Amino acid sequence: MSEATAPGQAPVEVRFRGGGFAPKANRWAGAVVFALAIAFVEWGTRAGWISALTLPRPSDVLGVFVELWQSGLLFKHLAPSLSRLVVGAAIGASFGVTLGILIGLFSHVRAALVPVVAAIFPIPKIALLPLFVIWFGIDEGSKYALIAFGTFTPTVVATYGAVDNVDRSLIRMGQSFGLSWRSIVLKIVLPGAMPGILSGLRISLAIAIILLVAAEMLGAEYGIGAYILEAGALYDLERLFAGVVILSLLGVVVSSAIGQIEKRLLGWRS
Amino acid sequence: MDIRLDAISHAYGGTEVLRDISLEVPTGRIVCLVGPSGCGKSTLLRFIGGLERPSAGRVLQLGSPPEGCLNPLTYVFQDFALLPWRTVRGNVSLVLEDHGIRGARADAIIADVLARTRLTDFGRALPKQLSGGMKQRVAIARALAVNPAVMLMDEPLSALDAQTRELLMDDLVGLWARQPFTAVYVTHNLAEAVRLGHRIAVLSRRPGRIREVVEIDKPLAERGYADPELEAARQHLWTLMREEARAADEELIDV
Ligand SMILES: Nc1ncnc2c1ncn2[C@@H]1O[C@H](COP(=O)(O)OP(=O)(O)OP(=O)(O)O)[C@@H](O)[C@H]1O
Ligand SMILES: [Mg+2]
Repeated sequence: MSEATAPGQAPVEVRFRGGGFAPKANRWAGAVVFALAIAFVEWGTRAGWISALTLPRPSDVLGVFVELWQSGLLFKHLAPSLSRLVVGAAIGASFGVTLGILIGLFSHVRAALVPVVAAIFPIPKIALLPLFVIWFGIDEGSKYALIAFGTFTPTVVATYGAVDNVDRSLIRMGQSFGLSWRSIVLKIVLPGAMPGILSGLRISLAIAIILLVAAEMLGAEYGIGAYILEAGALYDLERLFAGVVILSLLGVVVSSAIGQIEKRLLGWRS
Repeated sequence: MDIRLDAISHAYGGTEVLRDISLEVPTGRIVCLVGPSGCGKSTLLRFIGGLERPSAGRVLQLGSPPEGCLNPLTYVFQDFALLPWRTVRGNVSLVLEDHGIRGARADAIIADVLARTRLTDFGRALPKQLSGGMKQRVAIARALAVNPAVMLMDEPLSALDAQTRELLMDDLVGLWARQPFTAVYVTHNLAEAVRLGHRIAVLSRRPGRIREVVEIDKPLAERGYADPELEAARQHLWTLMREEARAADEELIDV
């Protein structure tokens, strides 16, 4: 550091190293990856280096899809599944959010229920299906219960974590202005916890879709899950895949719906 | 409404934080609290605001709060404490909603306090769009909206840069000149204390005791940027504080 510039050394521009870590919206990248993967499989199955027993041909899956649509079977399967998903997830998520907030707000509730939640979280809910059938009947009741139970636990955990993360100084501020307890919860704690609750909901709803198939294992004539299970039992790969694709699409729809909600509710985040 | 601190002492667990503090906060005056880091200034302010209770002694209100006062003891926080999901207007209306003030009445109050803090054009902005100085002005507007009897300000300017601090001090002086308010103002910055304080209480290091109470009689509006009288007061405060501050700085924190 003795001289400003060493003789014979050209100035070098400082290397830029500040990029990345800032997700940007790029709606096409996802679609391109999908299209490439499908084209690859189509090519492989047509050329013969992917055997028909390994993977079905995407165009055949599409054919099954068209058939499902034309025969009206698609909606016969989709409607009950959607209603199971909506009812089950709504019950599970609303109980989960409520309980999560109570755990976040009251230390007694926390002390009493956090161990219980930790105990039921790792139980594979599918294993409890027979139990639910006995409790809630083989009809819709057991299916709602399974999906609700599966969405409930991750929602609780995400919600009380989110409540814990609400800035305490904002709560202090509310108290110092004499806001009622109700106002503090509704106007400070809930909006402050919303980012965490919504990202928890993303996970819970994906789990709900997974459990949909399990819920339709017993006593379901129609439903995407029932359709997949039946196709699986017959090793009918085209129909199996058609069903799986429907579930994937459902996942994409749910995820983008939550994305829209986040955009509307969380626009205040920088 | 005056505030009287009557022999307040406090300890957190085994740590004695404040010892025998007695102080008067007369109506329409700004009382500054200065003292080394950790001497219990914020703690004292929490006692005055009723957010915590001292181990001994009492905080007394003398007289009743003025007509139309919604929240007699109102804080202005160092970190602004604005709700990031509410606009400037929404942040102000937050503290009115609980008193059942909505619609036209709320609009009138909000328009008034935003005008007094020169924020009229920013009512629809979100906090993330504002600079630090503007955020603190929103917080001050919010405090003014409840028409407080006493404002409790805990280092309201210390999160801001020097220039913004000067500007906001001018704003505070202007606000006070138009409508004198009562305030307890905690600060580390002696220049702020001599600029805004009618009465300056110097606390010793922990356990905080009152070392001296300095009165500055010069009216706020006449206190200029490099006023010799204020400079002398500042020098005096600094000689009082220097030893304490050095000792406090070298203390081990065993909490
Ligand atoms: N809730 C608490 N529990 C235990 N100790 C505390 C608590 N709050 C403050 N203290 C201790 O009390 C002492 C005084 O704290 P206080 O925040 O009032 O000081 P201060 O004068 O405001 O300091 P600063 O100038 O750094 O803001 C400190 O030693 C601090 O560690
Ligand atoms: Mg402090």
